[in-house]
Amino acid sequence: MMNKLYNWIDERLDITPLWRDVADHEVPEHVNPAHHFSAFVYCFGGLTFFLVMIQVLSGVFLTMYYVPDIINAYTSVDYLQYKVQFGDIVRGMHHWGASLVIVMMFLHTLRVFFTGAYKAPREMNWVVGVLIFAVILGLGFTGYLLPWDNKALFATKVGIEIASSVPFIGDLIKEFLQGGDIVGAQTLTRFFALHVFILPAALLGLLAVHFIMIRRQGISGPL
Amino acid sequence: MSEHTTNHHSAEEHPKGKKREMSRRQFLNYTLGGTGGFLIGIPLVWNLRFAIDPLLQPSASSNYVKTVEESTITSTPTSVKFTISQVDGWYYSEPKMEAWVARGADGQIYALSPTCKHLGCTVNWAPEGHSNEFFCPCHGARYTVDGKELAVASAPLDEYDVQVKDGYVYIGPLKANSRV
Repeated sequence: MMNKLYNWIDERLDITPLWRDVADHEVPEHVNPAHHFSAFVYCFGGLTFFLVMIQVLSGVFLTMYYVPDIINAYTSVDYLQYKVQFGDIVRGMHHWGASLVIVMMFLHTLRVFFTGAYKAPREMNWVVGVLIFAVILGLGFTGYLLPWDNKALFATKVGIEIASSVPFIGDLIKEFLQGGDIVGAQTLTRFFALHVFILPAALLGLLAVHFIMIRRQGISGPL
Repeated sequence: MSEHTTNHHSAEEHPKGKKREMSRRQFLNYTLGGTGGFLIGIPLVWNLRFAIDPLLQPSASSNYVKTVEESTITSTPTSVKFTISQVDGWYYSEPKMEAWVARGADGQIYALSPTCKHLGCTVNWAPEGHSNEFFCPCHGARYTVDGKELAVASAPLDEYDVQVKDGYVYIGPLKANSRV
């Protein structure tokens, strides 16, 4: 049945080359944990991507209940976690996944560094990777404020103070992030927009470039 | 297009030094690029201005708030709570603020902001183990009674403008520390 459906579509749109191009490629022996178990270090990048996808998925569903408003934000998070079926699981995924993404991304960075995979001709992919690192840290920072509890508020105040210590443009950065004179109503809506639309869009764009480059150049050789 | 070029605009017909004509390809690149840039750029102008609006708003001015009686203030800073009217975009509130009010050696009453100049935590006067200084629990920043930074922080505590009227202390807007 599925086969027939696939063939019917393939006859018309010739989709086989499309997915073959994405999925069908050689995995060299030195990066395959089935050959050398120590090659599991080459999995960190893929695991980071997997965790990012979990973040996207759980984040999309969290917005069905979450309200980015200083009066309702905390209660909406409280509601979705304790009153909605599986709310603790969905929010838990997003909460713990956020930390795991950063851990995994850091391990991936270490692997690339210590295997020297950043060297020519892959310098541009290292640069894009560093940009991804920054965007993910930005996602962590903006997401931390959204539950609008005391921890979120004061962590964000401190974070914005750190950002404002940048020479010359620090105060502008601070005001842009705060959206006003204090960490308040306008900060929350701003961080929501950054966390849910702007940074994920930037992240997906950068990931596409990251993956196109690794496919173009292939995985770096063994040590 | 290449045929077109070789047939009609060969090098013999347009020798060097003659006016260079724009090729069809160049013309299309410019017009389509310009149109595309216009279509993306013009809408972006409004959106970017929208995003940076808070940077271009005049900062709110604050009034003087009546607090404690002048006679209760000694040379030891005391925590004075007061309420201000705050406008945060569409949200109007009356948050409670805190100031450490004391009388300086010159007899002048002054009020210091409790916001640490290191990273914005809240300082306390002389908590346990820290006599005669302001101490921040977050990263151990310390300040003198006048708010001068002793450790960790790189600037003195901000100061509230203070007026004394009819025996009461009025606390006004924040300013840089004028005592150190």
